[in-house]
Amino acid sequence: MGVQVKVIQRPEPGRTSYLRAALKGMALTFRHMVNPTKVTQQYPEEQTDLSPRWRGTHVMETHADGRPKCVACGLCPTVCPANCIRLVGGEDDNGNRYPIVYEIDEFRCIFCGMCQEVCPVEAIHVGQHFENAEYSRDRFVYDLDRLMEQDHPSTLLWDPSDPRSE
Amino acid sequence: MEPISGVPAVLAMLGKIVGIFTAVMIVVAYTTYAERRVSAWIQDRHGPNRVGPFGLLQPIADGIKNILKEETMPATANRFWFVLGPMLSIIPALVAIAVVPFAAPLPTPWGVVDMVVADVPIGVLWVLAIGSLGIYGIVISGWASNNKYAFLGALRASAQMVSYEVALGLALIATLMLAGNVTLTEMVWQQQQLDWWYAFPLSLAFILFVISAFAETNRLPFDMPEAESELVTGYHTEYSAMKFSMFFIAEYAHMMTASALMATLFLGGWDIPFATWDDAYYWQGQYISGFDEAGAPIAASLAAWKSLATYAVFSLKTAFFLFLYIWVRWTLPRFRYDQVMTLGWKVMLPVSLAYVMVVASTILVLDYLEIPYGFVFGLVLTVVSGLCTLGFLFFLDRDRVIAGAAVPHRLDRPVRMPDTRVPGPAIRGD
Repeated sequence: MGVQVKVIQRPEPGRTSYLRAALKGMALTFRHMVNPTKVTQQYPEEQTDLSPRWRGTHVMETHADGRPKCVACGLCPTVCPANCIRLVGGEDDNGNRYPIVYEIDEFRCIFCGMCQEVCPVEAIHVGQHFENAEYSRDRFVYDLDRLMEQDHPSTLLWDPSDPRSE
Repeated sequence: MEPISGVPAVLAMLGKIVGIFTAVMIVVAYTTYAERRVSAWIQDRHGPNRVGPFGLLQPIADGIKNILKEETMPATANRFWFVLGPMLSIIPALVAIAVVPFAAPLPTPWGVVDMVVADVPIGVLWVLAIGSLGIYGIVISGWASNNKYAFLGALRASAQMVSYEVALGLALIATLMLAGNVTLTEMVWQQQQLDWWYAFPLSLAFILFVISAFAETNRLPFDMPEAESELVTGYHTEYSAMKFSMFFIAEYAHMMTASALMATLFLGGWDIPFATWDDAYYWQGQYISGFDEAGAPIAASLAAWKSLATYAVFSLKTAFFLFLYIWVRWTLPRFRYDQVMTLGWKVMLPVSLAYVMVVASTILVLDYLEIPYGFVFGLVLTVVSGLCTLGFLFFLDRDRVIAGAAVPHRLDRPVRMPDTRVPGPAIRGD
């Protein structure tokens, strides 16, 4: 589809009006002023409806007994384009791998969601959440406990009403 | 009842000064709030509504913020004039309101107090003189900033103020001729006697005065001195914190003075419409509310509640003009600089000059016919002025004055655009 050009004809000078146009403008602004419908969203009281595909603060899913689902396979730090995930894996007596250190730097993260896509056990997720202001910079490196504490819904990487993106 | 005198008079004067100063500062603070709320509503937003109920404490928060912010001083600025500029800007804005009467005289046990800070005999001239001093603050601060945008803003301000002061003064002359006096108290009284507010018998002067007042207070659509899109913010580009705040207060105080003046000169000041019980004037040693058929004065009955009612009416009229300022600002775009000058010198000046002539001849004819100063007198002037106004609006409305840059000025003369195409190389085979 080509660019559409709308040619606006300038009115003939003898027919243009400044005053009437100004008065029309005044009437328009007055109508808007008394119109009670406002577009402002009163943010802290009115929360934004996030898309089910919103990619925000990470969530680490846990098993029923409180252990992280992560098996320290190392796929997420490998795939992470921003290199913001630090993972040190370990192995317990039963031979199950688990993360000893799992840190995500939310400042470096670009919220692409590839860690969630690549995770074979659906442990790490990006979440539907964005309010993560802090008073100091070091608070932005989320460790494993903090990632497991996050209680906001995790992201569906598709829209349930439109799963094939049609 | 006698006017107040002696020590109580001094105390009353001090009370009025403190009261008016406080009132002006509060009105200025809440005009900034109103400006933000109204502009928000016009743009389908809410505006500041967080600090206190409905955001009513916002001006206080802004004041605290401005006091606590860092004062910057450009390294190349002229220190003395840089600091002096904001002061020179704010003082005339606050002083000019002193001569505007804001209510009917108030009776007290010690005598009658005139509800005006200084009823100086040169009333209107005082306002004009002090109002023009405001330009010094702008020019000096723009120059002392040593910044080209500030300097351009100052230059524009001075040119614009000079241009529109002429039209402002000429529009005033019509009212002065009709009132026969320059004292604002007397102008209110004359409007009560005429049974017409001067906005009607002098409608064209009213329109010219409002336009000039907009230009004089540097408000949109005439805010050339601080045209953000062209000059950063013009003359106060280099100012921060409380110094900037002083310019801000000065602008709004100017607005308020101009609004109060327009209300007094053209909308009858504190006069309550369609009522004569509020009329009061100090005439030859007594307070009178008018003259009977034989020309004998009728004593006025003053009361505190009447003063209060007239004060409320005066506030309403002033608030109307303040609202008009805000409403116009958020509707009309800024003029181009040459359009401002064209409007000032080629339209406002000749029109106001011609109008002064028309009003003068009409008053002369009416005096010659010995028509008494009253309703009929005002009616004739209203008709004459109405015709002038219609002609003026017709003239202004046909785009003979303000045209876009690309619009040819006349239809009968086709516009020849210069042929700027570069002749290309000849195509082979031509």
